[in-house]
Amino acid sequence: MTDNGGLSRRTMLKGAAGTAFGLGSVLALKGFGTSGLKQDPATCRATDESAHDKNFVISNWPLYIDEPDKGYRSTLQDFEKQTGIKVHYTDDVNDNSEFFAKVKNQLGACESTKRDMFVLTDWMAARMIDVGWIQPLDPAKVPNLHENIIDSLKSPDWDPKRTYSAPWQSGLTGLAYNKKYLKKPVKQYGELLTRKDLHGRVTMLTELRDTMGLILLSQGVDPAKFSDAQWNTAMDALTKATSDGQIRRFTGNDYVQDLSAGNVLACEAWSGDIANAGDDNLVFVPPEEGMMIWADNMLVPNLATREGNAEKWIDFYYDPHNAAKLADYNQYICPVKGAQKAMEKVDPDNVDNPLIFPTDETLKQTHRFMALKEFQTREYERQFSNVTGV
Amino acid sequence: MPRQGKGRYTAYWLLAPGAIWLGLFFVIPFYSLVSASLFDPNGSVLTGYDVTYHFANFGNAIKNYYPELLRSLWYAGLATLVCLVIGYVLAYAIAFKAGRWRNLLLVLVIAPFFTSFLLRTLSWKLILSDHGFVVDTLQKVHILGSDGRLLNTWFAVVAGIVYNFLPFMVLPLYASLEKIDGRLIEAAGDLYANPFKAFFKVTWPLSLPGVVAGTLLTFIPAAGDFINAQLLGGPGQRMVGNTIQSLFTSTQDYAAAGALSVILMALIVGLVMVYIRRAGTEELV
Repeated sequence: MTDNGGLSRRTMLKGAAGTAFGLGSVLALKGFGTSGLKQDPATCRATDESAHDKNFVISNWPLYIDEPDKGYRSTLQDFEKQTGIKVHYTDDVNDNSEFFAKVKNQLGACESTKRDMFVLTDWMAARMIDVGWIQPLDPAKVPNLHENIIDSLKSPDWDPKRTYSAPWQSGLTGLAYNKKYLKKPVKQYGELLTRKDLHGRVTMLTELRDTMGLILLSQGVDPAKFSDAQWNTAMDALTKATSDGQIRRFTGNDYVQDLSAGNVLACEAWSGDIANAGDDNLVFVPPEEGMMIWADNMLVPNLATREGNAEKWIDFYYDPHNAAKLADYNQYICPVKGAQKAMEKVDPDNVDNPLIFPTDETLKQTHRFMALKEFQTREYERQFSNVTGV
Repeated sequence: MPRQGKGRYTAYWLLAPGAIWLGLFFVIPFYSLVSASLFDPNGSVLTGYDVTYHFANFGNAIKNYYPELLRSLWYAGLATLVCLVIGYVLAYAIAFKAGRWRNLLLVLVIAPFFTSFLLRTLSWKLILSDHGFVVDTLQKVHILGSDGRLLNTWFAVVAGIVYNFLPFMVLPLYASLEKIDGRLIEAAGDLYANPFKAFFKVTWPLSLPGVVAGTLLTFIPAAGDFINAQLLGGPGQRMVGNTIQSLFTSTQDYAAAGALSVILMALIVGLVMVYIRRAGTEELV
């Protein structure tokens, strides 16, 4: 009796302790919820120390700025010489979502990211402005921006007066193929999804707005205005091509190597990448159905301590001569009026380059992706990433 | 008595660094992960997530992502098996046949670690590329069809996993094979066992601790691996690690990502427990 009693008491104690621990754990879980990330740029800001702090920290995408070479002074060096500001330039933006994940803890809690500027694509810039993470620019300090920005980029609906953002470069999304391995060129985006001789030799981009935009276009739908049903049809086409093995992979910037090596015969591509690849076999093709157009925007985050220097940077790159030098290297669409004229002195070969200075005719074939509500973004991103795996 | 009193707390002091480490980098993150799996799925990163004990997250995660879960277990299991075969032969040769080359061979097994994991995996893209030597040769001898390929197929992913985790299999196998007393095998011969019988009756059972340790060290990380599938696979080769990564970073659906992570963890712990029960752990240490 005593023996048994002792044992069961012990078991009971153990059980009670276990239950208490379990309950405690379950309650402790509650404490790990996350709070919202909205901020107010009017209150979450630092005093501008540009007057005596001659530094400037910027994060940009890889291969997105001209580099000094023998006998060539880069625009960045020009800027440093002209203003006396030391630029700390890092190319650590690889992907919009990834960069968002990188800074969200700081910006969401109103803490400094230690950056004075970063460069993000339209939709992500819109999202960050919407949650109040971005500081407005003083129009008086960026006169070149408001004077020289090209009309097509002047007033996007997410920042109609360019109060918060300034395009760094703009670009086109279309097709590319390797003429060494593919004898019959691609002309339509739809061919990527269906052409038998391309089976398993096609890549598409992980940017939802580029890939889905082009699929919608290939189905005759305007990507700036589509219904859920039309989205679903486009999604079905992508799902089918993926599960059939037609599409080999979904990529970020790294598709160029595969295209160059012949692993991929044709793919969805960004205009400047192909021009910059240094492989004459690679051809950029504007698809017959139309192209997607986008811009990457310079943004000054909350608590940046050198906003004045950032504004000087923006104003510097909106000077037509500097803009022409940059575009000459990048081969992306130059957002600055007058740069085409300035290009005559910088590099006469590129004055009529339609990838840098698209004609009105080309611009008519370009499309933008519809602005999505937060809940739509979630659902669309989920469906898209279920298929693409990114 | 005094001796006992003096050393009474020594054990705790010795445990403290490990306990603090585990507390900070395992227990707290573990609670955080479990709580993420119980987030209200209607929350978002921007508006914040509340812990609402939403257990349906688990059901939804299994319903939506069971192909990736099964594929991970299948790839990891297959890779572990291949590793075991290759690794056992290699470890056996190093332990019994290598003679004075033994140390050099062991260094060669570890040598790949001197280069970055990512670089080594990327170089497999070159080896297996569509116009590379391997594919060309296989096409010439008609093992692969004229438009066949290896890169971005299940073969490339499993090969990548095997390659990357092979040393984790070889080292424990070597450690347990090397300990075997050669005279036991001679004794088996004296008792009229042929070499096959001697191997299965003596060497194999004595090397089991190494087999168990090696398979665990290979299978567990391989099941959660995502780099091989990302670089060498295609959309049809996604593993659960890829899904979790994209749910956390691009879709930012923390509830689903958390639930899937917890499911993967439970699944692996469950499988390992069954495995260890059957294989026995007494000799592991």
